[in-house]
Amino acid sequence: MQKMGKQKNKTASFSFWNWVIASIIFRLILIYFPKNLNLASRPEVSTPLTSFRRLAEGYWLKQLSMSPYAGSMYHGSPLLLSLLGPLTVKRIEGQPNHLLYSLVSVIADVVSAILIRATGKNLRLAYLRSLESLDIVQQTKASGEFFKILSPGDAAALIYLWNPFTIVACVGLSTSPIENMAVILCLYGACSRLVPLAAFGWVIATHLSLYPAILIIPVIFLLGCGPDAPPRKLFLQKNNKEEVLSKSKLRLGFSWRPITHFAFWALLWSAYVLVLCGISLKQFGGLWEMFKSTYGFILTVEDLSPNIGVLWYFFAEVFDFFRNFFLIVFHVNILFMIMPLAIRLHHRPCFLAFVYIAIFSMLKSYPSVGDSALYLGLLGWFVNELADIQFSFFLFCGYVGVSLLSPVMHTLWIWRGTGNANFYFATAMVYACLQIILVVEGVSAMLNHDRKLRNLATSKPQDAKS
Amino acid sequence: MTLLQRPLLVLLLLVTHHLLQCWIAFGSVDEEGQKQEEFNEELLLKPLPDRKVLAHFHFQSSAPPSTSNGRHHHLFPKAISQLVQKFRVKEMELSFTQGRWNYERWGGFDPIASSNAKPPGVELWAVFDVPQHQVDASWKNLTHALSGLFCASINFLESTSTYSAPEWSFPPSSGNLRYGTLPREAVCTENLTPWLKLLPCRDKAGLAVLLDRPSIYRGFYHSQRLHLTSTGSGSKGTDSGIILNQALTVVLQPIQPNGLRASMDHASEKHIQPSWSLSSIFGKQVRGRCVLAKSSKVYLQLDRGLVAELKRIHKENEKSVANGLTSENFWSYPSFELSANPDRIVIEENSLHSKSSSILYNFQVEKYSESEPLDLGLTWKIPVVWLCQSAPLHSSRFLMGSGNERGAIAISLKSTQLREGFMGAFADNERCELRVDVFQVVPWYVKVYFHSLQVFIDQQPKAVSDVIEKIHVSPSKDKVSPGMMEMVLKLPCRVKSAALTIEFDKGFLHIDEYPPDANQGFDIPSAIISFPNFHASMFFLEDGSVNKSPLLSKFQEKSPVMSYTEVLLVPLTTPDFSMPYNVITITCTVFALYFGSLLNVLRRRIAEEERFLKDKATKKTGQLPLLLSKLSAKLRGRPWEPPHSPPSTSFFISSKLVFKVILVAGLAVGWQYYFS
Repeated sequence: MQKMGKQKNKTASFSFWNWVIASIIFRLILIYFPKNLNLASRPEVSTPLTSFRRLAEGYWLKQLSMSPYAGSMYHGSPLLLSLLGPLTVKRIEGQPNHLLYSLVSVIADVVSAILIRATGKNLRLAYLRSLESLDIVQQTKASGEFFKILSPGDAAALIYLWNPFTIVACVGLSTSPIENMAVILCLYGACSRLVPLAAFGWVIATHLSLYPAILIIPVIFLLGCGPDAPPRKLFLQKNNKEEVLSKSKLRLGFSWRPITHFAFWALLWSAYVLVLCGISLKQFGGLWEMFKSTYGFILTVEDLSPNIGVLWYFFAEVFDFFRNFFLIVFHVNILFMIMPLAIRLHHRPCFLAFVYIAIFSMLKSYPSVGDSALYLGLLGWFVNELADIQFSFFLFCGYVGVSLLSPVMHTLWIWRGTGNANFYFATAMVYACLQIILVVEGVSAMLNHDRKLRNLATSKPQDAKS
Repeated sequence: MTLLQRPLLVLLLLVTHHLLQCWIAFGSVDEEGQKQEEFNEELLLKPLPDRKVLAHFHFQSSAPPSTSNGRHHHLFPKAISQLVQKFRVKEMELSFTQGRWNYERWGGFDPIASSNAKPPGVELWAVFDVPQHQVDASWKNLTHALSGLFCASINFLESTSTYSAPEWSFPPSSGNLRYGTLPREAVCTENLTPWLKLLPCRDKAGLAVLLDRPSIYRGFYHSQRLHLTSTGSGSKGTDSGIILNQALTVVLQPIQPNGLRASMDHASEKHIQPSWSLSSIFGKQVRGRCVLAKSSKVYLQLDRGLVAELKRIHKENEKSVANGLTSENFWSYPSFELSANPDRIVIEENSLHSKSSSILYNFQVEKYSESEPLDLGLTWKIPVVWLCQSAPLHSSRFLMGSGNERGAIAISLKSTQLREGFMGAFADNERCELRVDVFQVVPWYVKVYFHSLQVFIDQQPKAVSDVIEKIHVSPSKDKVSPGMMEMVLKLPCRVKSAALTIEFDKGFLHIDEYPPDANQGFDIPSAIISFPNFHASMFFLEDGSVNKSPLLSKFQEKSPVMSYTEVLLVPLTTPDFSMPYNVITITCTVFALYFGSLLNVLRRRIAEEERFLKDKATKKTGQLPLLLSKLSAKLRGRPWEPPHSPPSTSFFISSKLVFKVILVAGLAVGWQYYFS
């Protein structure tokens, strides 16, 4: 993260595009490896929801005029099936088997990176503006090296593009690049106040993987009071007079107009998506079957094949009569944290979105590295704010260690037969703990940062005097 | 005197008893003037090329449709008729098998191999005469009833994940068919005894006497089968007629008497087939028929290959010796010797496909008695080597891949040399095609990717659409239904080998779903390969005796050649079975860590805490009054000011106490009110 940040001090724009092109070339090289390096069947990459082979199976069943949800192979959206399905069978002579499909993933990744960059620029502008309005720009520059403001957009975009997790998810033919793109589209639209785009992103992301539904809260905050800023109280505290507020050009009030727009557009888009799904599933089970085998499958954790999460082993071992109880507990765990986080971080909706994404990609039923790639990429937006996060080195080492150990344990257990399920589960456990520490320390660092800003802003008069 | 008299008396009793039984059996039927209930017993013996002997017992009981007193039967087993009436079974077949039929050596083309060779374990299929939506319920009840009747775990076929409903590839194709197998079911005497109980004479008289448990379970292959057809009864009040066929097929290795072996020189002993007799392979002899049986016959069959070989030897000898025997008169020919004189010889009509026809020697059991038992034996005099006629393609199935994550099932079909002969007529034709039906059921934990189906013909990959004419797939649903695949392949006649591969992922089960010995692996039931263009049937000269014999008329039925593939054993990954508590506690700890630490971070206000601590250090007041005063200040909307005097503190304490008491009381009242 820091390394990426450093690169972008001077020749930002030019080197950024170089890195983007390099990342595309790197992906293409990996795609041209025989059999995609077998990444498509790795449990870390392809979950029952994002697996490419299941998509191909769903498309095959549909071609035989059977419901794609017949049997329990495919659990994705029918729209993906219509859009990506033909690419699973199209082959170009002399080229790798799934070249077209891989190209779509690469494009999705690049588009996501560009959107992340644009959003990051937005965030940076907002940050600078708020510092200006608090009159602490000089002070922050003077006070420490870490307040030198990096371009968070470039950092985030390059982290997203060059994150091994993203690359693996892209080359491994999973559908998570597309799901991630929908989430990023939603945040970008909300940040740049393109209400229809935000609504579209939110509807599609929810349709594809259900969990992004909770992003509606940060999106409402984003639309209502603009991108991340220090707490509103601080402005009020600092400038008790009205004229300062009007001067600062910051909208401190909560405007309801964009929210109603958003609701309208979200309704419109979801109706549209449902109608499209209904049409494509008309001769089969209809929408009810779709909900049962997509959302129902996500919520009832039916597939117990190993992944990097913790729920598969838990539900493989738990006693049957407790199963429903624990299903409720684990899903409510995600919902329970929505309110406290929203209350505490309402002034930083983008960071709130990041925390939500991190939480649900940790606790979701079938997590994959593609989900981790998304929140690790978004982490780049907050390089300035989270500069003094605790345990950052430990977290980095932990991520590296887990991503090396987890495949080893999987091989030992599944392929060699010498290991045990517990070893693999232990790495999943460690991974969950790492993500928990990242989230907790991230939130704490962000709160500390706000506190620091407040101290700077409030203590300025005294400083000037002394 | 008395010693002599007693056996006489018993004999007399027995005779009168039998007479009485006969009278009961036939008397009542005659009154109604209808067809009567019948029972026939037959045994077919056949030497096999690999020095073994096949014995095929066939018992047929039939109950004609009757208008009244339908619940009463003379010969027909009541349990079966109740079963048929209760669950409206149109047709049903249940087989218990141990061992695997060796299609290469024991043949795959004749009616015995095609319809009596069954997959290991239990196989059950049934066709019901009920509306579509009741079929599953009927099937469930039937499995339970059969489970009780035959002391087997057929009730495991009740769950929807074990049975399937083939649409057209399974031979008695019909909409209301259900098919299920239990490949791992062990078959033993406890299944045979109830099966024998269905016979009117059990194993006390007739041919069933031969079923000596130690000798039949010593065999290489053992399959007991129960097949019933109910001839539909349209109107109410009439019970349907039922034909119950019970067949038991065993492949036994005759034990050669040591003396005989010693007398022979070693060179010829290698080739000469072992001689056997009923008493040497079963340890028993036939001491007369079951008196309730309408007919009781023993057949000795020499199959087509053997007859052709014998003819060849015979011709050679004729040339050298030139004796005046007719070429058909084998039994008197000195290549082998029968210990009993056959009553008649039935010769198969020359079938379309093969050059020679098989011969059946018929022995009537009626002629033999306690004092003069039938001990049919076959003694070979010259070495003879022959091959049984096998199916057009020899099918085998195997697993590919390693590890416990994924794999592939491959079905390979190899042409047999014998096919050249009878395909010769069609082979010149350009458009000659060989039709092969494949029917395969896979359990749900073998998650088959049907799109990965690949076809290889003569080791060359072919486009699936070129070879597969028709395909019907019902994909597996997790824990609900198994995957089923029905295919019709069109292969060119000159095909040397063909292979189908299909990939699968191995599923992961809940710990309760693993069987006791989870590491042994899971079975994939046999696939059924059938050749609808070829019929495994024998034609006999129209002769009165043939029509009377249920076994031979069964042989004459036109049925497609069928073969079962091997049962596959798939090892699945196991979780740690001893760890549920650990996993639950550790996972919950991690969740608690997440929840607690995140909430803690959100709750903390460091600056205020510092101030609070300072306050606390200066004034040693309690924590709660401070908070309460803060709360009350907030509620009143006034800026909070720290309490300053000791008297006010005491006031706060008392108010706190009062507040607490009121709160608890209020809660209690609310609780009481709400729940009463």
